[in-house]
Amino acid sequence: MKKAWLPVLTLLLAILWGCAVAPPENPPQVDTGVDPNEWVRIPAGEFLYGMHNEEAIIEKDFNMMLTPVTNAQFAAYLNEALAKGELILNEDGVYIEYPGEPFEGGKHEVEYGPGQYLVYPLGTIEAKLEYKGGQFVVKPGWENHPVTMTTWFAGWGYCRFYGGRLPTEKEWEKAARGEDGRPYPWGEEITKAHANFYKSGDPFDHYWGGQGETTPVGFYNGETHLGFKTEKAISPYGLYDMAGNVWEWMLDTEEHNPHLHYTHQRILKGGAFNNYDYDARTFARNFAPPDYYDFTTGFRCVREP
Amino acid sequence: MAWLKERLRYIFGSTKGLILMASALIALETAFMGMLSGPMAELGIRDFWIRLWGMHLDPGHREARIIFLYHTFAIGVIALETYMITGLVKMKEMHKVGINAVMTVGYLFVLVFGLAFAYWGENWAFHGLFIAGLTLVFFAGMWLAYALWPWAKEYRLPEGSPYWRLAGGLDGERLAWFIMAVATLISAIYGAVPGSYFGNGFEVFLSEDIIRIPEHTPMELAIVGHLHIMLVDIAVAAMLIVFRWVDLKGRLHAWATAFTIIGTIIISVGAWVIVPFRPIAHQIINVGAMFLMVASLFLTIYTWRKQIEIGLHKMGIEDKPTLGQKLKALLSDPLPVGATWQMMYMNAVVTAPGVFMAIKLDWLRQWLLREERIGLVGHWHILAAVIATILLLYYGDVVGLKDKARKWYGWGIVIASDLAFFAATLFYTKRLYVSVSQQQPLVNFTMYLLDASLFLVLVIVAALMVWRLVDLFKPEGKWTEEWRDPSLKPIFAEEDVR
Repeated sequence: MKKAWLPVLTLLLAILWGCAVAPPENPPQVDTGVDPNEWVRIPAGEFLYGMHNEEAIIEKDFNMMLTPVTNAQFAAYLNEALAKGELILNEDGVYIEYPGEPFEGGKHEVEYGPGQYLVYPLGTIEAKLEYKGGQFVVKPGWENHPVTMTTWFAGWGYCRFYGGRLPTEKEWEKAARGEDGRPYPWGEEITKAHANFYKSGDPFDHYWGGQGETTPVGFYNGETHLGFKTEKAISPYGLYDMAGNVWEWMLDTEEHNPHLHYTHQRILKGGAFNNYDYDARTFARNFAPPDYYDFTTGFRCVREP
Repeated sequence: MAWLKERLRYIFGSTKGLILMASALIALETAFMGMLSGPMAELGIRDFWIRLWGMHLDPGHREARIIFLYHTFAIGVIALETYMITGLVKMKEMHKVGINAVMTVGYLFVLVFGLAFAYWGENWAFHGLFIAGLTLVFFAGMWLAYALWPWAKEYRLPEGSPYWRLAGGLDGERLAWFIMAVATLISAIYGAVPGSYFGNGFEVFLSEDIIRIPEHTPMELAIVGHLHIMLVDIAVAAMLIVFRWVDLKGRLHAWATAFTIIGTIIISVGAWVIVPFRPIAHQIINVGAMFLMVASLFLTIYTWRKQIEIGLHKMGIEDKPTLGQKLKALLSDPLPVGATWQMMYMNAVVTAPGVFMAIKLDWLRQWLLREERIGLVGHWHILAAVIATILLLYYGDVVGLKDKARKWYGWGIVIASDLAFFAATLFYTKRLYVSVSQQQPLVNFTMYLLDASLFLVLVIVAALMVWRLVDLFKPEGKWTEEWRDPSLKPIFAEEDVR
């Protein structure tokens, strides 16, 4: 009886595999009017952190990117950094030298010693960047969408290259929710007009078989784009896309967060276009190893004011 | 007035009435709360449902709501099982009535005030009444353990008893019931202590959200232990209920009961020692689980053999039946065969993927936490649903379903739920077959299949409940029969020597 299931299951999976989902091409261009090169000053001070609204403090003011890093910005970085010899181009992707980090031999801990680590893979159908004629170029229409398929090392390298670093979880959360402990950057409730989450009905929602896609940075700015009316969904300090769209890598290792003892896992915040709205809450967390990437992983940087 | 009084006396005053009410309330809660699930949110039904019922869902308190919801379901099932236990296991009438009464007040408080607190405005008076309900349920559990005391003289088995008889006539199965009840009580305390600790600080969390943080506080670990073992205790109780239902006896009774006792003790200890000995806790749990799985195998062998024997007898075949005839006889009654089949099927959709995930944990941790979370949540949701279907199949026999209704009800629940479990297993193991960007056809297929199958199970249960509701309006309905004879009879019993 059990054996009969095997061919049925195989057939079923073959059918499902046969339904390969084609990558989206030539998305409609949307100019949101939001400049991804802008930075916003986040003031030092006390705030409510995490799901349980713990009292926390940010000691110094810092600047944070207004939006996640876009495909256009990341392509420019790859080209500049490759030209300066700060990145290594291999057949399967772009790599970076990483000095390594302490390894404590935790049960499921993986050692990340000094060496080269993947920044951005080549040859994937999900990537919006192509390597053509010795240059990285963005596929048409994706320029102002947040970059995805990035590992933690991509964020680490990118931010460092431009004189900054990835935000810590506390910095990111202060920037996302301000001081009053709100669950979403704009307040208490989320609707489909506030952010790009799973089945939120935005004009890019039908891509990848209905799983969705990124929306251009700053898309949720209170205007109507492609017939889709949005709310101005910004954080108390005016940041865009702090909920939904792409998961953003955090800097945190044990050095910044004592709870990350005995692990190599990194924190991601914000939720992505293929997650339910509860993952877009400012205190929600995701985890992944630093060399993980998929079409939902992006980042933004912070730097000294 | 007398009309209503009679019905209420049946519902609250008889074992079968209490079982009917608990089943109906759990089914209603499942249907009602199912409207808030992910797929319903996608269709816009969730928002409509929230507005329609005037719910207040603070996004910051989602985890707390889920914990309340789990407890209202779990306590409802515990009440249902308690009614079945007091109906199946010999005990003094005073204990039976008292346990059922306290349990009923307790679980209704938990259900009504737990949901009211979590979903309608967080009124703290309701929270207090929810806790009071939990306390009453715990008290009923202590009373049940006392009533099940296996060393009482009146419950000793006579020599030559077909049931597992230990030294001095001690009833082995009663010992298993008692150990299950005590283990459940200790496990409840194991959750109550950290529950109070976190509740007072308003620091709720879902265990699946903290798995990638290597170091946990003892209180966090206690919660993890609690949620594991409570589900197991509920499963053990369900298995013992099926022991009585099929009137398990002979050598298989001895083996199955012994394995149940050993398994319950080992698995409970494994869950309790998670605080001091976390690295080895799961290994202990796995050993205990193995004993329980073997016990369920013995039970299944007994049930299937008995069903074949009875089925062949009914078919008038006494000598050398063919394999086809045996199969026909086996499948002639979906209720006991279906209940034990579910125990076996569980290994394909819960045990095997669970063991695989445990072995390949380092591989799994190369993915986003969200993938691992889906695996964990899917895994135990299926286990909980398997238990529910076993109890539903037993209930089909309790209400005396016959002929076509019995077949449609039994096979409907087995086939529809197994399809749902298959879909859920495919969904939560999807990273084995497809990449993130390519997953949507598989997600759509599994979600549609899962929702349609679960909907079918709910429709079948709803049909049964509507029949029972209509019956309550009849002056000489089924309910009067159940009121006159509230005993729960074993399905294969020739003679109950206890």
